[in-house]
Amino acid sequence: MSPVAWVPCDAAALSVGADAVAAALEAAGVTVRRNGSRGMLWLEPLVELETDRGRVGYANVEPGDVDAVLSGALDDGDRCVGVVDEHPWLARQHRVSFTRVGVTEPTDLAAYRAHGGLAGLERALTLTDEQVVAEVTESGLRGRGGAGFPAGIKWDTVRKASADVKFVCCNADEGDSGTFADRMLIEGDPFTLIEGMTIAAVAVGATEGFVYLRSEYPHAIRTLRRAIDIAYAHGVLGGSVLGSGHRFDLDVRVGAGAYICGEETSMLDSLEGKRGEVRAKPPIPALQGLFGQPTVVNNVLTLSAVPMVLADGGAAYAALGTGRSRGTQVFQLGGNVAHGGIVEADFGISLRELVEDFGGGTASGRPVKAVQVGGPLGAYLPPAKFDLPMDYEAFAAADAMVGHGGIVVFDDSMDAGAMARFAMEFCAKESCGKCTPCRVGSTRGVEVIDRIRAGTQREANLVLLDDLCTTMTKGSLCAMGGLTPMPVRSALEHFPEDFGVEPAAAEAVTDDMPESATSTPGGARP
Amino acid sequence: MRQRGPSPAPAPAPADPERAASVRSIAEQLAGVRGPLLPILHEVVETHGHVHDDDVPVIAEVLNLSRADVLGVVSFYHDFRRTPPATHRVALCRAEACQARGAEATYAAASDRWAGSTEVEVGEVFCLGNCALGPSGTLDGTLHARLTPDRLDALTEEWVR
Repeated sequence: MSPVAWVPCDAAALSVGADAVAAALEAAGVTVRRNGSRGMLWLEPLVELETDRGRVGYANVEPGDVDAVLSGALDDGDRCVGVVDEHPWLARQHRVSFTRVGVTEPTDLAAYRAHGGLAGLERALTLTDEQVVAEVTESGLRGRGGAGFPAGIKWDTVRKASADVKFVCCNADEGDSGTFADRMLIEGDPFTLIEGMTIAAVAVGATEGFVYLRSEYPHAIRTLRRAIDIAYAHGVLGGSVLGSGHRFDLDVRVGAGAYICGEETSMLDSLEGKRGEVRAKPPIPALQGLFGQPTVVNNVLTLSAVPMVLADGGAAYAALGTGRSRGTQVFQLGGNVAHGGIVEADFGISLRELVEDFGGGTASGRPVKAVQVGGPLGAYLPPAKFDLPMDYEAFAAADAMVGHGGIVVFDDSMDAGAMARFAMEFCAKESCGKCTPCRVGSTRGVEVIDRIRAGTQREANLVLLDDLCTTMTKGSLCAMGGLTPMPVRSALEHFPEDFGVEPAAAEAVTDDMPESATSTPGGARP
Repeated sequence: MRQRGPSPAPAPAPADPERAASVRSIAEQLAGVRGPLLPILHEVVETHGHVHDDDVPVIAEVLNLSRADVLGVVSFYHDFRRTPPATHRVALCRAEACQARGAEATYAAASDRWAGSTEVEVGEVFCLGNCALGPSGTLDGTLHARLTPDRLDALTEEWVR
């Protein structure tokens, strides 16, 4: 029998040559199977060889290494990482949503079922819609897109609304830099998302669903479309979900390169075929969402937590985590980090554990200067703040936000002033243009920061920047304009020297940080 | 019926009837889905490389929208390019995570190298979801990691400079 090797088909693995490795293995007579990525991205392409001990991993494999992998010549070196399931980086995590990612073939429905898939949906179909929502409410599951709104409350609002048609929309417009969990989940285990959306549909009485997936993720689009076809062929989707009589149709819609479409109301407008402009709330999407109908809008990670909540019960999920942040969060380590990738852990883990223990410091080997947590609209935090626990409330109290769980590491070559300027520049580029504080404020913000950095009337311009940040925070229609001041103010607070400013002068601007971390467009909101 | 002013001018005959027929056929095929405009525009870009100004009235007519509505959507989204693409396309991520790994240097080098080129266009993107292995970018649509200026050179060696 020919040896069996697993080679990831995740986009990150492909970007470092996984396809060529797979081809070389096949040419050597190996049966190649494709999995998602385990999330240890610095090891990609990570080839796993099936052995009596389990799947043994080989890191950073190139096509020329195939003979050495097969002959065992690498077994005593660093490149062999041992049995992958026992790898300390994975063993220290608590994988709930990502339990199957990297383990199974992404579109193998039988393997999905064998690894616990569909148990949640099957149980949901034995319950009343009210009971399903009650389980989700009991689990304490909150929106993973950034705002952290309780999923059960949102679902109950949609469930109680009466309408001819209701929708379930998954926000997979993961535009935040430093976040890639949605992509990896969809590429590695798409049925989890499909199952979660189907449970949501059954619970609220929705018959149609859309996944709004960004065009920058072509591999995810292909995998999800294939998975949906398979789900239809096996009766998981369609006229009668698993024979229950519930109809649920699911379709993928592709974004078109607009960051703002990760904001839920612009996403809805975009799904309707319009410019992705933010809507004023109320009315809330739960009551008047897609095409004016009651709509559940949740992030990929929120919906992907649902199958486990239903399979094991809401109480089991609520037993994980800390404070009002229940369950697990899928953290993403990116940027200048030695060991980047996916760390799924219970809420409450400290930033230090993530950046230093899991991340292993910077990739460049230089000291960490700062991390940005929660995407482009999240705060820059210096190492002095690394003892913060990952918890929505603790982060909000520290004028920061957990957001979608993305953590971007910077070494000491980072210029915080330039990053603050970039935050404003990005907002100017990607603003939908509907409200003035965001559309005009961001452009003025770039100019004011330039003047501060150039030393032109620095004192006066610091006051102006403070004023501008307050206007954007309080006056913007959505979180894009509302939170752009967060990276700006945090950069100025922690690294005033990068603006050429004395620490005391910076304080005036940073006293009045945005008080409510609502959701971010890129992380996709509740 | 009272009419104020002259009747609206009929749309001018399309410069490229074959293309107009193709765009019309794409629009008609997708007109029945919910919110059809974005899927139609994606398909037009996929088939024809870009959305030409002449495509706008065709799509507007099929969907019973005003030309302004369609043009408003086309111009809102980065993906709906309005000019034909160059032979080779470089798109480099300039978002924070890639900046932390030197994306600005790669972007500057690429912009420099292909300044004024008609064969190669260099564009920016904000996040390709490959944030642990940056700087990331796509070369003719294929995702690549750790794109230093040197690696970019090696990968594009066969392209016409």
